[in-house]
Formats: sequence, C-alpha cells, structure tokens
Amino acid sequence: MAAAETFYDFIRRQGITRRSFTKFCSLTAASLGFGPGAARAMAMALETKERVAVIWMHGLECTCCSESFIRSAHPLVKDVVLSMISLDYDDTIMAAAGDQAEAILEETKEKYKGKYILAVEGNPPLNEDGMFCIDGGRPFVEKLKWMAKDAFAIIAWGACASWGCVQAAKPNPTQATPIDKVILDKPIIKVPGCPPIAEVMTGVVTFITTFGKLPELDRQGRPKMFYSQRIHDKCYRRPHYDAGQFVEEWDDEGARKGYCLYKMGCKGPTTYNACSTIRWNGGVSFPIQSGHGCIGCSEDGFWDNGFYDRLTNLHQFGIEANADKVGLTAAGIVGGAIAAHAAVTAVKRVTSKREKADA
Amino acid sequence: MTIDESIATDGEKAVQGQNVYVYEAPVRIWHWVNAFSILTLALTGYLIGSPPPSVPGEASANFLMGYFRFMHFAAGQVLAVFLILRLYWAFVGNVHARQIFYVPFWSVRFWKEWLHEVRWYTFLARQPRKYVGHNPLAQLTMLPMFILPLFFLVITGFALYSEGAGRDSWEYQLFGWVFSIWPNSQDIHTFHHLGMWVILVFIMVHIYVAVREDIVSRQSIISSMISGERLFKDRAD
Repeated sequence: MAAAETFYDFIRRQGITRRSFTKFCSLTAASLGFGPGAARAMAMALETKERVAVIWMHGLECTCCSESFIRSAHPLVKDVVLSMISLDYDDTIMAAAGDQAEAILEETKEKYKGKYILAVEGNPPLNEDGMFCIDGGRPFVEKLKWMAKDAFAIIAWGACASWGCVQAAKPNPTQATPIDKVILDKPIIKVPGCPPIAEVMTGVVTFITTFGKLPELDRQGRPKMFYSQRIHDKCYRRPHYDAGQFVEEWDDEGARKGYCLYKMGCKGPTTYNACSTIRWNGGVSFPIQSGHGCIGCSEDGFWDNGFYDRLTNLHQFGIEANADKVGLTAAGIVGGAIAAHAAVTAVKRVTSKREKADA
Repeated sequence: MTIDESIATDGEKAVQGQNVYVYEAPVRIWHWVNAFSILTLALTGYLIGSPPPSVPGEASANFLMGYFRFMHFAAGQVLAVFLILRLYWAFVGNVHARQIFYVPFWSVRFWKEWLHEVRWYTFLARQPRKYVGHNPLAQLTMLPMFILPLFFLVITGFALYSEGAGRDSWEYQLFGWVFSIWPNSQDIHTFHHLGMWVILVFIMVHIYVAVREDIVSRQSIISSMISGERLFKDRAD
C-alpha cells in the first residue's frame, strides 16, 4: 500500500497516457453534470491528492450492491477499484482471508484515522445483541461501530443500509436497522436502491475522492445529483400518463404500445432515483423500458408497500384494504347510520305530533 | 375575548322570533368556495388515484390526466388561499367566526351542554337547546373531523405538489419537512387519500344534520349560510 501515491502517479505507472487521463476527467465531469471548469479541477485533485482509502463492509445483505458496482461502465469499475480509490478491505472480493484480512482493518484505523471512507453494504440486526449477523467472530453491529469511529464518512450502499430493505420487512424479526439509526455521529451518505445503479455508485465514489468532501445531500441524506427527481419526471412513457393512456393488463394492447404502467402499480411517481436517465447495464434499459412498473426499490418501506397496486394496502384493516376500500366502508357505515337516524327522527316526529294532538 | 365569554355569547338564549346575524360575509363566501373546491378536489383526486380507461389516439393529442391534475392543483391552491383568509377572519371577525377553530376543553359548562346535545341526537332528550353559533357537539366535531384534516390535506398536498415542482420550489422549502416524517411519498399519498375520505364522511354527516336541524330544531341552518342570519322559529324554551 503506497500511502503517499496519488491517483495520477498510480495510473501513469500503469501505462495510462496523460491524454487518456484528461479524457477520463472530462467524461466524469460531464457525467456528474458539472460545468466546463470541473474537468480541470478534477484533474488537479487527482494529480495532487493521496488516494482515498476505502473499507467496504457487508452486513445483512444479498451482495447485489457489489454485483451492481462491478458492472459500472462510466467510469469502469476497474478504474475505480484499482486506481481511483485504495480499496483496502472488501471481504467479498478481496484475496486476503481470516486474520490477515481482519488485520487490515486495524491497520487502516491507525494509518488513516479520520480519513478513510467506510462503505457499508447491508445493515446490522440489533435483536439478540446482534447475533443474527456474525462477521469475523463478532456481531456485525460491533464491527460497524468500531470501524465507524475513525472514519471520515460513511457510505450507506443500497436500500439495506439506507432504509432496512427486505430483512426489515414487517415484523422485522432480527430488527435489521439502517446505518443512520445506529451511527449517529458521522456524516452518512445514503445511496439507496436494490441495488443502486452502478454509475451512481461509482459517481458518488468519484465525487468524494475528487473533492475530498461529500456531495450535496437532500433531506434524506441522498446525493442530490442522483436522487432529486422522480423516475416519473424523466420517464419516457410520461406523455402517455399525461394523455391518460395506461396499460390495464400485462398482455393488452396498451402494453404492446408502451403505455404508462401507472395502473399496474408502477411506483415511478413516488420513487427518487436516476433509472430513467442513467438506466442500467451501461444505459441499455431500465424496468419500465422493459415493460414492468418500477417497484420503488430506492424508497423507504418499498418492501411492505406491494409492487402492483397504486393504492397501498393498509394492513391495519384486515387482509386486503386500500384507502378507497377503507373510505368507502366508513362512508357506507356512516351513510347507514344517517339513514337509520333519519328514520328514527321521522318516527319520533310523527309520534310526538300525535301526542301533542291528543293533548 | 376569552373562551368563557365566547361561550356566553354563543350560548345566548334566543327569544321568540329572534333574528341574529351570525355568519359574516367572508365566512359565508369561504364556506361555499370551500364546498366547491372540496368537490372538485375529491373528484379529480379520486381520478388521479384511479384513472378512467385509456383514451384512444396519439399521446400528443390528449392531455386528460394533465387536466385532472391541473384542476386538482388549481382547486387546492384556491382552497389553501381561502383557508388562510378564513384563519385571518377568525381573528378579526365576530365571535362566531372563531368557534370552529377551538374546543373549550376545560369548560365544565361546555361538556354539560355537549352531553345534552348527545342525548338529543340519541333521542334521549326531547328538546335541543338553541344556539346562535354552533352547538357544542358540532363544535367538537368540526375541529378534529374537518379543520384539522383540512390542514393536513393542504400540508400534505403542497408537499406532494413539491415533488413535481422540484427541490428548488417554495413548496418544497415550506413543506419539504413532511418527507422527514414519511420519507416515502407513497405513504403520504395514502394518508392524503385517507384524508379525503375523512372529509367526505364529515360532509355526509354535516349535510344530514344541517337538513335535520333545519326541520326538527325549528331554527334556520341552511339559509343561515346564505343570508348569514339565524332565524328562531319558536319561542325560546
């Protein structure tokens, strides 16, 4: 591990020309949506700054974030992992194992105290003192807190680390808990999605390594540059929504014509992500383009909301009920009560009039 | 004016053939603008949640959902502006203008009269007491079943609107905090939708009791919201 080596030194040593380097800077600056001056700033930073040490840990998760990450095309993940950052620890893909691997954590904590980035994929379960996720012989929650203490910042990869995801689905038996509810004293950047888009992941890493600070975050702690618009706002099927043209069934004429998937429960209107702009697998497609609604995988609680209804199921009211069913039932009961009350009122009036007449 | 003073005025015993000016013009205008806004909002809101069957033709030639949404947003903004004006009028208007915004929770007299009103509606009391303003049961119902849900709907409505208006919009600056409570706006949609049903159920009861009281209690209720005057048809009890 060459501590003082910069990104530029590193890639030059690998035989990459200065021309390729500047090309990379301008491409990355463009993909992050920066102005023309940013490519120069980026080049400057990469030439002068030490490579950032990254520790990548895995809690309760399915490794889909890693799977997504290694498919990044712009920048290529090999550039990120081998050149831009110094990925010192990632138990899933690293060569070292056992004591050797765990020793790296100690070493990083000392050597890069307050400087390294802690990237966390998955979350810690808190029930039974964290016994539902043991990593390196101890509960993951302990390891997480221990490594977080000396980190510069934490990246919460994916829906697990950001919101809880399927392991936190009701009734959440292991009490899987998102990172920001466990680590309270460090800046946390949430990169939600199940998994997040590869280019969003590498984009976030590139930003942090380039500028040495976190990108601007929104209210939920997500980077604004990727999560400030809904899928719906940039969806290529949006004109069909505005026109009122919907897929009503999976195999109908509307589905063939590529109409809006709103009625099939598409969560595009409530999901903040970059799928409809960056897309997946190097820009090939994204769920809606493939004819399936968005399931809202980058949103809190998506795992409990149902994938195929526009109106969320309310579990408090029996097995199957949405806002309309609950409302209609209430209106029906009240309507019945009103009718009954009106009937009693009428009867009372008639009888009391008769009493008056008798008297 | 203190709460007790206002009870005293609201609960004033009416005398025979008394005509009292209760609802000032701004209150009446608000009532009816509100009624039509809510009607538009409920109808278009329902259609946004459950759109009608697909329209034929090219997408570029149609804008059905766009119009629904426009009507919903326009009616929502009208409702919000008038709600602010109404709130202002609660401060500068007459005593009756502020009755629906509070419940005199600590007043023993209020609860006694409330109980009588409950007995009247459960057919246990033979006669209702007559009130210049709202009766205690109505006052207690207005706040949690109408005014608070209305504010809830306005706040969540603007928060949802900010999703389209963008993170730089004033709607997001003012109402973005709603997303701190419920990060997933799907949940806000659901609660907004449930709020509509609370208002609709309220309206059902509201119209029923207004018509019923107009007939049974021998005082004007419906025409009062047009003329502003409450007419007591009998001698006071």
